[in-house]
Amino acid sequence: MIDNVNLYQPRSPTWCPGCGDYGIWASLKSTIKIMNWDLDKFVIVYGVGCSGNMTDFIRSHGFHSLHGRALPNAEGIKIANHQLNVVCVVGDGDCYGEGGNHLLHAMRGNSDIKVLVHDNRVYGLTTGQTSPTSPHGYKSKSTPSGVIEYPVNPLSLAITQGASFVAQGFAGDITHLITLVTAALKHSGFAILNVLQPCVTFNKVNTYTFYRERILKLDEKHDIKDREKALSLVSDIGHKIPLGVIYQVERPTYQDQEIVLQQGPLVKQIIKNPSEHTDLLAEFAEVEKESYHMAG
Amino acid sequence: MSTGLMFSKIAVRHGYHIFDYVEYPSLIRGGHNVYEVRVSDNPVYSQEKKADFLFALNRETVDLHKQELKDGAIVVIDREKFEVNPADFQTQNVILYDLPLGKLTLSVGADKVMENNVALGATIAVLKMDLAVLIAIISEIFAKKGEEVINKNSKAAQAGFDYVTSHPPEKFLLTLPKKKALPQMIIAGNEAVGLGAITAGCKFFVAYPMTPSSSLMHFMAEHGQKNGVVVKHAEDEISVINMAIGASYAGVRSMLGTAGGGFSLMVEGLGLAGITETPLVLMVGQRPGPATGMPTWTSQGDLHFVINASQDEFPRIVLAPGDAEEAFFLTFEAFNLADYYQTPVIILTDKYIGESHYSVEVFNLKNMFVNRGKIISWEDGDKVDGYLRYKITDDGIPVRALPGMKKAVFTANSYEHDEYGWSTEEAKDRVSQVDRRNKKLEIYKKTIPDPKIYGEPDADLTLVAWGSTKGPVLQALQDLRKENYHKKVNFLHLTHVWPLPVSYLESTFKKARKTLIIEGNSTAQMASLIRQETGIQFEHQLLRFDGRPFYPEDIMIKVKEILS
Repeated sequence: MIDNVNLYQPRSPTWCPGCGDYGIWASLKSTIKIMNWDLDKFVIVYGVGCSGNMTDFIRSHGFHSLHGRALPNAEGIKIANHQLNVVCVVGDGDCYGEGGNHLLHAMRGNSDIKVLVHDNRVYGLTTGQTSPTSPHGYKSKSTPSGVIEYPVNPLSLAITQGASFVAQGFAGDITHLITLVTAALKHSGFAILNVLQPCVTFNKVNTYTFYRERILKLDEKHDIKDREKALSLVSDIGHKIPLGVIYQVERPTYQDQEIVLQQGPLVKQIIKNPSEHTDLLAEFAEVEKESYHMAG
Repeated sequence: MSTGLMFSKIAVRHGYHIFDYVEYPSLIRGGHNVYEVRVSDNPVYSQEKKADFLFALNRETVDLHKQELKDGAIVVIDREKFEVNPADFQTQNVILYDLPLGKLTLSVGADKVMENNVALGATIAVLKMDLAVLIAIISEIFAKKGEEVINKNSKAAQAGFDYVTSHPPEKFLLTLPKKKALPQMIIAGNEAVGLGAITAGCKFFVAYPMTPSSSLMHFMAEHGQKNGVVVKHAEDEISVINMAIGASYAGVRSMLGTAGGGFSLMVEGLGLAGITETPLVLMVGQRPGPATGMPTWTSQGDLHFVINASQDEFPRIVLAPGDAEEAFFLTFEAFNLADYYQTPVIILTDKYIGESHYSVEVFNLKNMFVNRGKIISWEDGDKVDGYLRYKITDDGIPVRALPGMKKAVFTANSYEHDEYGWSTEEAKDRVSQVDRRNKKLEIYKKTIPDPKIYGEPDADLTLVAWGSTKGPVLQALQDLRKENYHKKVNFLHLTHVWPLPVSYLESTFKKARKTLIIEGNSTAQMASLIRQETGIQFEHQLLRFDGRPFYPEDIMIKVKEILS
């Protein structure tokens, strides 16, 4: 049984006091306990950024990837051992910028991985440049005159590109966030949970107050299967920010549809003795096959 | 299946050895395509410059190849399609043979696409080969398409065969009568790599299409499923290498295939495999570059690149097979090395070896053993205490654990890390981990097999080549032997190109009187690598970087020039 002793490691987080990462960290650890996952049940793949630094604050099977590449690492892990639960801890620059292409394709394949995005709308670890989710006109070290681009809309992207679970949480509401992380980890298929996370050091626009004034918590009246409604909710830019499970459908995962995996996890499938491949080599032997006699 | 490959199959089933080589432009269809098959009673190692038999489907073919014919060669054309005069050829005694290809195809009610079989039927009649062998191959190829398709194609072949039989070419004496056929395989380098991977227990193959590596991907896609391999065509090369790393970290033997350009995108991932010590097998097929370069042509220009790719330092192993057989065995070896040393192993090939077909004896699978290196068992991984993934060990090689184990837990970390895997910036951790990783390569260096020497040990001139250049050099050596040069020249072929077998090279070149490096790039990369590692300087060099492979004839000229 997993407990705090298992999940904690002796190091203290290096995030700034007040950082939203603490809330996400706490929610993930609590959810792992709620899920009753022992250390043999899951692996966490971390991207690079403030979010990825969580790698040193959780003791479990972990893979600290490159900036932007956590998703393909996670997909490879899931293909190799689909009995493992594979969770990605990534950031907005990491997942929506550097790794944007991987996100698109992991979603359309409905690869059975869970992606927790720390969306602080700024690059924190590199000391405050604009990010793919920074609001239009956002002034930063890399955009002193204000960013020209409009932000990506990760949720509408996810709904239209095939993610089967799309949710948004807030790092300032851990109780609610735990319910969302739990729902994401229980989902079968590609799950993305965008977590709005104030960066107290570098983002003076998207603060705790900014979010609290705009958040709209979805209640049970929201139909999570209604794609059109989901799209309209996430497209209402600048007004209310929806929080909760926005869209969820059931469809076969990538791993469900890979025929070789139906024989069991790849890592448990035995490697044949090389000499047992005689038949395979025989396919390439140029000998007079049966059809020769038939036709000849 | 291409007509050229069908001819190769016919020749091998008649008891001959073949080597075939294909040239084509970077187009979907059309352009000038050439398929050259060299056939011999004895093993053949490469293509040659001049042909005995040319089947020209258009005038352009004649114009482009009229200087590449032997004395007394035969050129088959369809005069209804285009005209050719004997005066067009500089070579003496070229026999022009008019085959009404279009008419014959129509006469048996075959479709235009079946003209190829009329041509093949005619070709084997000219060479006095057995039509039944061609019919057998046609029925194998079209087995799934049913009786009607087989019959139509067979009739087409018969029509070509019958026409030539009743109108035999005058004065053309070359024949390839059926002999007792040896059990041989016809296999391209890329297919041999794929077979090697499957035999080694590769469970995950991932790639993004790029010539000249795509045919490996096609091979794995076709044969993977029934051999327990998950084959993935990922969204880009960055994803390719990272998926492979993920799968390998989780415990399965993983491989990717790419070309130099795709590998350029993977460089950061290569470093990730290096620092996390994740086993990984990569096939990198070279073609002329940089950037898009000449996609469908050959090159040996990426040697320095693959050896040095990625920032900073970590151990890697690079193997360069010289032919299909070496491609098979070295790919198998690559998986063992990757697992044993927990580091990337690159199989460096090129378009020439990857897409050319070799006839070889069926690979002997005896004495092949899978060695997964140090991995803690699932049983022990569930109960071990104090497991350290990156523990400092005498040989530098730590014990791997896999996610899914209850107690052997660790972090695979792209940051520099301590023995557990926690990120570290401490000088002491950094130095001890770098030293330990480097030590793995020092251990490997002691196990590198000696390169093969072909020919007499004490020759006046030693030729040195690596990878696919082996074929043309061996062919040149065989042909030089006929001209009584055999005591004067020998050949050292390198397959283990990084790290190099340094002490072997040092002792060998003490004895060599003259040296010639032969390689497919413009700056003699292997020569400079050998100089860097041993101080040995090559006296002569023969370089080629126009996208074409070496021809034995050119090597012979160079050798004679040096020895004169």
